[in-house]
Order: sequence, then structure tokens, then C-alpha cells
Amino acid sequence: MNKKLSGALVFGLAVAVFAVLLGLRLAGDLSLAANPSSGALTLQDLFFYLFGATALAGALAVAFSRNILYSGLGLLGALVGAGSLYVLLSADFLAVTQLLVYIGGVLVLVLFAVMLTNRITEVNVSNRSLGLAGGTALLVATLLVLLFVALAGPFVTVTPPALAPTTREIGDAFLTRWLLPFELASLILLATLIGAVVIARKELKPDEPEQA
Amino acid sequence: MHVGLPHFLVVGALLFSLGLYTVATRRNAVGVLMGVELILNGANVNFVAFNRFVTGGVGGQVFALFVIVLAAAEAAVGLAIVLALFQTSRSIDVRLVDTMRE
Repeated sequence: MNKKLSGALVFGLAVAVFAVLLGLRLAGDLSLAANPSSGALTLQDLFFYLFGATALAGALAVAFSRNILYSGLGLLGALVGAGSLYVLLSADFLAVTQLLVYIGGVLVLVLFAVMLTNRITEVNVSNRSLGLAGGTALLVATLLVLLFVALAGPFVTVTPPALAPTTREIGDAFLTRWLLPFELASLILLATLIGAVVIARKELKPDEPEQA
Repeated sequence: MHVGLPHFLVVGALLFSLGLYTVATRRNAVGVLMGVELILNGANVNFVAFNRFVTGGVGGQVFALFVIVLAAAEAAVGLAIVLALFQTSRSIDVRLVDTMRE
């Protein structure tokens, strides 16, 4: 009861704040003339909406699916969609890395974990840790604030250059300016590898204490 | 209206919020990890979008690559912990695992 009440309060407050901010923004916009840059839908725009819809559908499946396996498959959609958006943003190397590391590595790992740890039928999302009302309030509040910043933020944009491969510049940057973080990342990966093996291995003989 | 910075920021915001919702509401530890991946991806989309439309260069992409590396490390360690948890308690319900508390 208390949780529900606080959730509703946060929700109402967030909606009210957003409505006021959006109203101010719209009032400012309406005074402007029609946007001269609006034109026909280009192919690139079309692909943006396609990839964005893929990512969004996947994220929705992750968040709301009752079956954890379907959540994992939704994660596939979200990662593929985000990776495709990188291509539209002229980040080809990043897109390929996303494909290799996330979809080839992390996603397979997650799916294996799902199958190793779950009796699929046992999975339920009821009785959530923060409560449905709290979670929804959190979602709405965060989303409204982020959307407002995204749509009304005072970002000074430049005209983006034409799409071009960036692998060469990224390699240069890694081996000059970001050399130390680059090496530290490799160290972290090594530590992670060893740590994961140590944590996940089977206990040898838990009932026989090994004393030297 | 052609696709510009706000479009990508909206996608990033949606991914981030849904990830946050997943983390907050899932009891399944693997589900929580999936939510974290969504959050990191939303942030990455923002990094690359700002890199293209505001700053130029490749700084944002480099940072996004570091995020991917750390996300992979986090997923490996997190899932190893989940597996160890499952071996000891036969459950990965994050609400039931409070044996280390206090």
C-alpha cells in the first residue's frame, strides 16, 4: 500500500513536471515558422526507423516478457538494432565489434546461463523486487526526463561529414592518445577471465577439508 | 524532418529506461544482467550519436569501445557469480540470496 502510494506520487509528479516543460517548449516552437529543413523521407531515414523499431521491440521484450528465454531473444533484437544504428552513425568498426563481442559473446553467454540455471517453467516475474508500481514509476520518470533532454537539449550540432570508414582513426587513437586505457583494458580482460573461471568452477570436495 | 541527433537520443533514452525498468523489476539474476546490458547499449548509442553530430573525431567511438569491453567483462563475471549461486542455493532469485547480508 505504502509502496503503491509512493509510486503513484512519483509518477504524478514526473508527469506534471514533464507536461509543464513540454508545454513551455511547444509554446516556444509554435512561434517559429514552418521548419524549412523538413523534406521527403530519405532511404537513410527509413533505415533509421527500421533499426530503431528493432531495438525498441527487443528492449520491450527484455523488459516485459514473462519467459526469460524470450527476454534473451529480445536482447538479441535490441543488440542488433543498436549495432545497426552504429552503421548509420558512421561507426562501422563499432558496429562490427558489437556484432562480435555482444551478439557472438555476451548474448551466447547469457543464453547459456539461462539454460543452465533455470527450469524454464519456474520463471515468474511476479512479486518483483521493487514492485510493479515502483518499477513503472521509475521507468516513466526516467523516460520523461531523458526524452525532454533529448528533444529540448541545447546541443550545438554540426553538419555531419559523409559516411566514411573510421577504423584507421580508431586504431591511431588507441595506440597514441588512449594507449594506457587500452593496455589496462587488456589487463582487466585477463583478470576477468581468471576470475570467472575461479568463481564458476565446481567445488572440489566441499566435505573434505584440505589441510596442508 | 530528417533524422538527426534527437532521434538517436530518443532511441538511447528508450533503451536506457527499459533497461532500468528491467533491473528494478526482475527477480531473476540473469534478467537483471540483461537489463544492465540494455542500459550500457543505450549509453553507447548516445556516445556515438554525440560523436557524429556534436564533437566529430572518434573520441566517442573509442569510449563506446571501452564500454563494450567492460560490458563483456561484467557479463562474464556476473554470469559466473550466477552459476556459483545456482550451485550453492539452487536458485537465482535475487530476493532469496541474502546469506551474505550482515
